[in-house]
Amino acid sequence: MPEPSKTVTVEKTPVIEPGHTFGTVTEKISAIVLTRPASNGWFVGFGMAFMLTMMMLYAIGYLFVKGIGIWGVTIPTGWGFAIVNFVWWIGIGHAGTLISAILLLLRQSWRNSINRFAEAMTLFAVAAAGIFPAIHVGRPWLAYWLFPYPNTMRVWPQFRSPLMWDVFAVSTYATISALFWFIGLIPDFATLRDRTEKRWVKIIYGMLSFGWRGSARHWHRYETAYLLLAGLATPLVLSVHTVVSFDFAIGIVPGWHTTIFPPYFVAGAIYSGFAMVLMLAIPIRKIYGLEDFITERHLQNSAKVMLATGLIVAYGYGVEAFMGWYSGDRYDAFTLWNRLHGPYALEYYALLSCNILIPQVLWIRRLRKSPAALFLISFVILIGMWLERFIIVVVSLHRDFLTSSWGMYYPTRWDWMTYIGTIGMFLAAMFLFLRLLPAISIFEMRTLLPEAEVKE
Amino acid sequence: MTNNRNSKGAPHEDVCPTKKLDLNVVRERLDAATGTKSGPEYWRSLEELAGSPEFQRALHREFPKDACEWLDSVSRRGFLKVMGASLGLAGMTGCVKLPKEAIVPYVRQPDGVVPGRPKYYATALTLGGYASPVLVESNMGRPTKVEGNDLHPASLGGTDVFAQAQLLTMYDPDRSQSVVSMGDQRSWAGFLSALRGPLAAQKPLEGAGIRVLTTTVTSPTLADQLHTFLKNYPQAKWHVYEPINRDNVLEGAKLAFGQPVETRYDFSKADVIVSLDADFLYAGFPGNTKYIRDFASRRDPDGKMNRLYVIESTPTSTGAKADHHVSARASEFASLLDNSTGWPDPTFLQAARSDVNARPGSSIIVVGDHLRPEIHALVHKMNADFGNIGKTVFYTDPVDANPINQTDSLKQLVADMNAGKVDLLIILGGNPAYDAPADLNFVEALKGDKVPLRVHLGLYNDETAELCHWHVNQTHELEAWGDARAYDGTASIIQPLIAPLYNGKSALEFVALLNGHADANGYDLVRAYWQGQHTGADFEQFWRKSLHDGWIEGTTFAPKEVSRKTSTRSEMNLTDASAIELNIRRDSTIYDGQFSNNGWLQELPKPMSKLTWDNAVLIGPKMAERLGIRTEDVVELELNGKKIRGPVWLQAGLPDNAVTITLGYGRWRAGRVGTAQGFNAYELRTTANPWIASGVKITKTGDTYKLASTQGMQSMDTPNGATRPLVREASLQEYRKNPNFAVEMDENPVPELTLYPPYPYDKEMYAWGMAIDLNRCVGCNNCMLACVSENNIAVVGKEQCVIGRHMHWIRVDVYYQGDRDNPKAYFQPVPCMQCENAPCEVVCPVGATNHSTEGLNDMIYNRCVGTRYCSNNCPYKVRRFNFLLFQDWDTPQYKMMRNPDVSVRSRGVMEKCTYCIQRISEARIDAETASVREGKDKLVGDELKTACQQSCPAEAIVFGNINDPNSKVSKLKAHALNYSLLGELNTRPRTTYLAEIRNPNPELEG
Repeated sequence: MPEPSKTVTVEKTPVIEPGHTFGTVTEKISAIVLTRPASNGWFVGFGMAFMLTMMMLYAIGYLFVKGIGIWGVTIPTGWGFAIVNFVWWIGIGHAGTLISAILLLLRQSWRNSINRFAEAMTLFAVAAAGIFPAIHVGRPWLAYWLFPYPNTMRVWPQFRSPLMWDVFAVSTYATISALFWFIGLIPDFATLRDRTEKRWVKIIYGMLSFGWRGSARHWHRYETAYLLLAGLATPLVLSVHTVVSFDFAIGIVPGWHTTIFPPYFVAGAIYSGFAMVLMLAIPIRKIYGLEDFITERHLQNSAKVMLATGLIVAYGYGVEAFMGWYSGDRYDAFTLWNRLHGPYALEYYALLSCNILIPQVLWIRRLRKSPAALFLISFVILIGMWLERFIIVVVSLHRDFLTSSWGMYYPTRWDWMTYIGTIGMFLAAMFLFLRLLPAISIFEMRTLLPEAEVKE
Repeated sequence: MTNNRNSKGAPHEDVCPTKKLDLNVVRERLDAATGTKSGPEYWRSLEELAGSPEFQRALHREFPKDACEWLDSVSRRGFLKVMGASLGLAGMTGCVKLPKEAIVPYVRQPDGVVPGRPKYYATALTLGGYASPVLVESNMGRPTKVEGNDLHPASLGGTDVFAQAQLLTMYDPDRSQSVVSMGDQRSWAGFLSALRGPLAAQKPLEGAGIRVLTTTVTSPTLADQLHTFLKNYPQAKWHVYEPINRDNVLEGAKLAFGQPVETRYDFSKADVIVSLDADFLYAGFPGNTKYIRDFASRRDPDGKMNRLYVIESTPTSTGAKADHHVSARASEFASLLDNSTGWPDPTFLQAARSDVNARPGSSIIVVGDHLRPEIHALVHKMNADFGNIGKTVFYTDPVDANPINQTDSLKQLVADMNAGKVDLLIILGGNPAYDAPADLNFVEALKGDKVPLRVHLGLYNDETAELCHWHVNQTHELEAWGDARAYDGTASIIQPLIAPLYNGKSALEFVALLNGHADANGYDLVRAYWQGQHTGADFEQFWRKSLHDGWIEGTTFAPKEVSRKTSTRSEMNLTDASAIELNIRRDSTIYDGQFSNNGWLQELPKPMSKLTWDNAVLIGPKMAERLGIRTEDVVELELNGKKIRGPVWLQAGLPDNAVTITLGYGRWRAGRVGTAQGFNAYELRTTANPWIASGVKITKTGDTYKLASTQGMQSMDTPNGATRPLVREASLQEYRKNPNFAVEMDENPVPELTLYPPYPYDKEMYAWGMAIDLNRCVGCNNCMLACVSENNIAVVGKEQCVIGRHMHWIRVDVYYQGDRDNPKAYFQPVPCMQCENAPCEVVCPVGATNHSTEGLNDMIYNRCVGTRYCSNNCPYKVRRFNFLLFQDWDTPQYKMMRNPDVSVRSRGVMEKCTYCIQRISEARIDAETASVREGKDKLVGDELKTACQQSCPAEAIVFGNINDPNSKVSKLKAHALNYSLLGELNTRPRTTYLAEIRNPNPELEG
């Protein structure tokens, strides 16, 4: 038994349970991929998620055949579930980037055990989000016109439109997230290549590991690239959701046209992102016996981040309401009234409960340490954050300036199928990820061990 | 509810005719047939001969069993398209041979034809017999747009919604396309031979067994033909029935003058107008187009403004324009007027009376057609007492060629039919099987063997055609020669714009056949008649001028002196005040049901409720509260044992203890668009009480039914207690005190409040703008229909309207303010505002909507990918999106109907008003050509009109070049009343409004 190092002893709850060595860490994480047979539970879970994915594809196929009229969108509510879901998914992705990039730069080494699947989550969430802008347009086969590509029509996108900024923000985000995730995986690919006994598995991981041999030069290059990417990804945490919030803030619709949106969207994104991280981490650590690596400390830290960002979001709601009253603008005032008393008031109160009221129980230490409680609260927050986007998109649009044009928005079964289908797709990807790639970064975990301390 | 479509789960009846064939019956029939019948009787199968009900059912089913049972709206639509295409192709065989579509230029161009240049022909379209003078645009031989005839004294350029929508009716693929007998397609020759025997048999009887039933006839030629026929068969009878008839007007005139007269008004000279339930500012009231023009001309707050008092039983657009408005049950009108001078005590009436008294000879009292004859007689007296006769009110000969009491006429016919006196019934147009009063049981009289030979001439193979032995497909008024008189007697020649699509026959040609001229064509008949009438020298010149101008000089009826009978008072029996009154009215969009299959009209929002696709039981808020009924609850109405079910619409301003329903819905053989829409109000209509009945029972059924109103909220008050300054209004006094009140009602940001440098529009040749004078607008919906026709706007169907996806580029918003039992109502037409700081343009990611240098907010349909961001960001919500493939791309008839200058939008594309950019371009090109030709600069002037402007009978919409200070629109925009809708958003709209001024009686105000 080696001496306990200071990284482990400073905190009461350790980031990694004592008793692990390089060997046990590597064995425990790589075993999930290489040696443990897939359980029935995995097959059931993946099967259901896969079915939901197929349902989504069916819904999208029907949409392409018929047109977006099969959805509930109408005039005045030109945007509905598609945009709500888009913003929700993009927001969820943010936690992954925050954990892997910002916490890396801030040398928060506790992140090492959750960054890998948090990044995977980001990637899959961005993929789920990316579906919506492409299919929500009236002529999806022409959605590529949003990209500035050289063409014989000699037309160019219209760069004053926030949707254009969205295109760049989201595509940049998706690229950086994918690169960051992949680069981080390279040393672990090599580990898997070295440990597997099946030849074809060896070939695949070998190709993915780009010839990694673990030489000092490799490590040097790796560290530089990873740090650079972390530096590139860091502003994205702030910028992507800021740009997404511009979709609304630039518009003149009462309930959209407000300067509080960028910070409040970013906070909301991180808020929902951490909720999703917890919702994934809690069952994963339980099922795969990873409580040693994803410890109470991780749960606590995540809960604290949620508490903090939740308060920022609450402040955002407060400012919106205050401005509705203080501005004296008759349209803003009505939007506030409409949220509180209009036909969607129930949703607004549900939003306030889910996002502000219920998460306040996180002030209680006992609950921050309870995986079951955290799982439930995270679920509530995810619903709350979805409702927040619903309130912003739909409830602002359905009653705007001219009373004559007011209307109602009712989602159709196709809206629900597409939405639930993306959750299925996200989960299916997560299931595959768990079986095919190391869900926790092996080599980064090893750095947390006392063995990694370099003896002077 | 009359949604009769069977559900799929219902047990299928056996329609296979081969079962249950009783050979004994067949034998009996065969014996009977060979023994008794005079003419040869043909039968196609033993089943038919046996007359088995299964066969009859199979025979009378229009579509095979499952064809009419599509429940899913989307797939039904698809189905309709396929059906339409195949039907259209089937119809092609009956079409005249179309020119081959070879793409080569003319070697020798026909005279006057410039490809791509439309031509305009003056003609007339009738409604209830009265002619609407129109000018029809023809693109390479295809009529594409109906406009008002500015040369005609009854139109002056304006038109009405029904006339405009006739274009769609003409191209309707559901129109009857061939001669049909007992469900089989037959030929015209076959019909001739079938008719020959019975006609010959009637000759010795002097036609005693012949009855001709027409709708109201104002056509001099047709009337002449019918008189000739009656001369040939002196014992034959000519019956007239029109469901929306003017019997009360006729009887009222008889009471007052002892003879039928037509009343004509001159609203341009009337300072005070009192309307007793007369909707004289809406289509269907004879002369409405001219009346709207005259009325609007006196709504100028800077001129001598008129004052309108309206007492009405059902809110109408006329009531919305009132300066003073009172709701009263229709049965109370008699008591309201019941004293010797005609006016009782209430302050409203007293004020109106003193107002009228103060202006002898310059007031009008106008009364609704549906009110009792006694009230008409009384109003004649009142107009005389106030000295209006000959000044604002004129009497002329009746326009109707056969002014008889139509209800009595139909009653007589049914009695004869039931008595077996009718051997040959000829129904020329109309649909009495559907629209006859229920107590006459017309269907029973028509069915069976009571009338041995029944013949129907009609546009559709409808409810009546189904029950007739022979149905002859009629030509549409746009396809055939004819003539008709307008409300003032002015005769117009109806000239065809296209050869008949399905080889039909016009009523004229049909009657000529009865007169023994089977091959007569309409042109010869009309020309021959007018040649007979013409006294001057050069007939050819007279004929050409009449055709060109669209009316025949010297045919306008001159006012005539009529002496009023001294004692016209008869007992006006008052109804029980506690009984609930049932008002039956014509429908404001599908009239009496003849436009049921017209998608444009079905989708046109009714002026006061903005309902589409359905009629509803209109109930006032007070009664609804008392009975616990809400909008969209289905109620059952019971009157004299007859019951109908319909959904409720709460209508502000409807009096307590009264309900209003409209005619025209609940048809069972209208066609694919109109069948089974709404409920059938005719079932409660009786000969005794066709319009107003007392003692109806209302019971809630517990069901609900979705209604499709196109307007979300009909008030400018928001639920949080605030009011938005959308329509700005003041009284005349307030306006005189502060002419700038409208602009001052809200903030007016300075133009520089924008990030982007302002574009120097004033340096351009043109800057297009529009001003809409809310004082003039009467909410007649003409602009909407004109826009639909001009811009190829799709009909989307009820399910889409329910969720707010109607496609109208211009809409007329209605707002109610104040007391819900007697509210003020305002109309506001809203086209695209063409904002100079357009919020839609900056948010489009692909630049599909851009600003032109002339200030138009243009749409590039081909570039649009359909993000709908522009619509979200449009504060006026005037953008319309093709959520599905709304346009019918397949039906050949519709292809012919479309305006070739406007692209047909496909699925997934945003569309909107562009001030009729195709008209602008055409005018600009013309001006440029003229500049080059004449060598000096020529600019487009006020002669350029948008479609909405062109059709507006009130001249409320003015469009033009705001860079030209002398243009009409510039002058209006310089007016103190001019304000921008939502101007505080700094969108800088090019469409602005002139605030509404009311002219209340100072005695009543405050």
